[in-house]
Amino acid sequence: MEKFTQLTAIAAPLPLANVDTDKIIPARFLKTIHRSGLGVHLFDTLRFDEHGAERPDFVLNREPYRRAQILIAHENFGCGSSREHAPWALLDFGIRCVIAPDFADIFYNNCFKNGILPIRLPRALCDALIDDVAQGDNARLAIDLERQVVVRPNGQEIPFEIDPFRKHLLLNGLDDIGQTMAHAGAIDAFEQNRAAAQPWLPKTTRA
Amino acid sequence: MSGPRTLFDKIWDDHVVERLPDGTCLLYIDRHLVHEVTSPQAFEGLRAAGRPVRRPEATIAVADHNVPTSDRRHGIAEPESRLQVETLERNVADFGVPYFPVLDERQGIVHIIGPEQGISLPGMTIVCGDSHTSTHGALGALAFGIGTSEVEHVLATQTLLQKRAKNMRIEVAGQTPAGSSAKDIILAIIGAIGTAGGTGHVIEFTGDAIRALDMAGRMTVCNMAIEAGARAGLVAPDETTFDWIKGRPYAPQGADFEAAVRYWRGLASDPGAVYDKVVRIEAATIAPMVTWGTSPECVAPITGAVPDPAAEPDPTKRAEITRMLTYMGLQPGQKLAEIPVDVVFIGSCTNGRIEDIRAAAAIARGRRVARGVRALVVPGSGLVKKQAEAEGLDRILLEAGFEWREPGCSMCLGMNEDKLTPGQRAASTSNRNFEGRQGPGGRTHLVSPAMAAAAAIAGRLADAREFL
Ligand code: SF4
Repeated sequence: MEKFTQLTAIAAPLPLANVDTDKIIPARFLKTIHRSGLGVHLFDTLRFDEHGAERPDFVLNREPYRRAQILIAHENFGCGSSREHAPWALLDFGIRCVIAPDFADIFYNNCFKNGILPIRLPRALCDALIDDVAQGDNARLAIDLERQVVVRPNGQEIPFEIDPFRKHLLLNGLDDIGQTMAHAGAIDAFEQNRAAAQPWLPKTTRA
Repeated sequence: MSGPRTLFDKIWDDHVVERLPDGTCLLYIDRHLVHEVTSPQAFEGLRAAGRPVRRPEATIAVADHNVPTSDRRHGIAEPESRLQVETLERNVADFGVPYFPVLDERQGIVHIIGPEQGISLPGMTIVCGDSHTSTHGALGALAFGIGTSEVEHVLATQTLLQKRAKNMRIEVAGQTPAGSSAKDIILAIIGAIGTAGGTGHVIEFTGDAIRALDMAGRMTVCNMAIEAGARAGLVAPDETTFDWIKGRPYAPQGADFEAAVRYWRGLASDPGAVYDKVVRIEAATIAPMVTWGTSPECVAPITGAVPDPAAEPDPTKRAEITRMLTYMGLQPGQKLAEIPVDVVFIGSCTNGRIEDIRAAAAIARGRRVARGVRALVVPGSGLVKKQAEAEGLDRILLEAGFEWREPGCSMCLGMNEDKLTPGQRAASTSNRNFEGRQGPGGRTHLVSPAMAAAAAIAGRLADAREFL
C-alpha cells in the first residue's frame, strides 16, 4: 500500500449528497479479478452518456479537474455496497483523498485499506472548500496528514480529526494483516478457550 | 464491561481477542462467507504473500452474484462472469475452502444459504464481502459486510480490526396491520430515520411487531438495516429462532443443540441496558410501502402520491428530489398506484425465501400477469426452489405468466443477463433503488413480494390488500 504523508493537488468539487457506490462504480464493472484498471469507469453514469461520450458538464471531464487527486462532496459519501471496487476505482483514477461532512461506515474503512485518506469536515467548511476550488487553476489544496490539516489556497489551515492507529498505518503504508499476525498467539489461545467453553461450537463446521 | 449489557455488547465482548491501546479491538470471526465478486483480489493477496487460509472449515464459498438464472447445465456463456466463477472455484480448491458448486441444490444467494444450512447461528460473528451480511443478524448473530482487504484479513487471521459500534434500538411497537409485511416495516423505518439514520450503530430491532415475525421476516428487516446506514441489524434469538434452527445440516444436534440453546437464551439484552439512540415506531401506522426515488428513504404508502419538490424548504433536498423525479420519469403529485410497470422482480436476499414466494403465489393464484409486463421469480437458493416446487408454487406462478428461474442475485444488481433496459420501470422486492442498480437507466420501485405480485397482475404499482 502506498504511504500517505502530504499531498498538494487539484481538488474537484462534487457537491452531491448520498453519492452511493453504484454511482462511484456501477455493478456491471465489478467483473474484474484484479484491483487495478477500474479508473476508466469511475462515476461512469455521471461521466459518460449512453453512447460512451463524455458529458462535458461533469466535473471530472473539465480542466483542471481531470487531474484531480482530491474530491470534495456532501453528506453520506460512499453509501450502499461494501464493494472495495469503489475505493479501487477512485485510486486508479488518481484520487488519494475525499473530503465530506460524513461517510458511510464500510466505505470509510475501505479507504484506509487502500491508502486513501477520507477527511470529515463540517458541511460549512466543505462548502467553503468547494467555493475555493471552483476557481479553476487555483483549485489546489494541500493536505498534511502528519499535522492533520487541510491548507486552503489562501493559506488558512483547517484541522481535521483522525483515528491515531489509522493515521499510523496510512503514514507508513502498513498492511494490517502483518500487524495482526503478530498476535497469532493470542488468537490461538482465544480459539482454544472458546472451544473449551462451548464444546458444541467446533462441531458446527465441516472441512 | 459491567452492568446491564445489550445483545450487541454481549456478542462483541465474547469475541474480543485483544484490545489495542487506542481502543481498536481484534475481533474473532466465527464464520466467513465468500462469493465470487469480492474475493478474487483477496485470494490473490494471500497467494502473493504466501499465506494460507487460517480456518478453511469456518469459511464457506458460493457463486451467486453473476450466475445465470436460466438453464445453466451447459455452463456460463458470459466470459467475464465465467472467469469470476472459475477463479472462485480455483481459489477454493487451492485453499481448501468448502464450496457449494453452481449445480448443487444448496447453491444460492450467500445470505439465504448461510441461515438455511445452519452455518449462521446465534451469538456468532459472521462476515462476508457484501453489505447485506446484516441479514444474518436476524438469528441474533453479529453479522456485517466487509471490503475485500478485510476479506483477505479474515482469511489469513480469522479476525478483524474493529472499532466498537454504538447501540441503537428500534422498537416496532404493537401489531402490524393485516396486509403489511416485514418489508413494509423496514421500508417504513428507513423512511422515518433516513439512509444515514443508523450510521455508526448496530440496530437491535425489538417490540411486539418484530417478535411476531417469522424468521424470514426478521431476515428481511435485518437485511435492509444497512440501507438505514447501520453497521448491522440484530433481533434477539427466541423460541421462533431455536425452532427454526433445529435440525439444519450444520446446526448443533441432540445434546449439543440443547447446550447451545442454553447459551443462546442468555444473549438477549439485559433489562436496563443502555442504548445510544432509541427510536419507536407504531406498527399500526405501517401500510404497504413503495419507494418513489433513487434512495431507499424515498418511500411512501401505496395510497400516497409522488412528492412535490416545490414543497421542500431545503434547496439542496429540493434539487435532489427534482433530480430523482427526472431520473424516475415521475410527475409531482402523481398517484403511486397509477404508475405503470414494465418489469416485476421477485427474489434477492431481501425477499427470496420460501415465505416470500408463498406470498407472491397467494396473489398470483388464478390471475394473469398484465399484458406487456415481464415478471420474474428468482428463488434465493436451490433448496427454496425445490421446496416451492414441492408445494406447487411454480405451477401457480407459471400459469399466471411469471417466469420461474434458477437461484442467484439476478436482477437485484444486474450483473448477470437479468437487467432492466434504459427507462424500464420495475417493481422489485430487492433492497436498492439506486440509479442504474438493476441495469443502466433502469427505474426501481422497492416493494414487498405481495406488492410485487400485485403490480405484475395490475400492470401498475398496486395495493396488495386489494388482491387478498
Ligand atoms: S441479492 Fe442483491 S443485495 Fe443480496 S447479495 Fe445478491 S446482489 Fe447483494
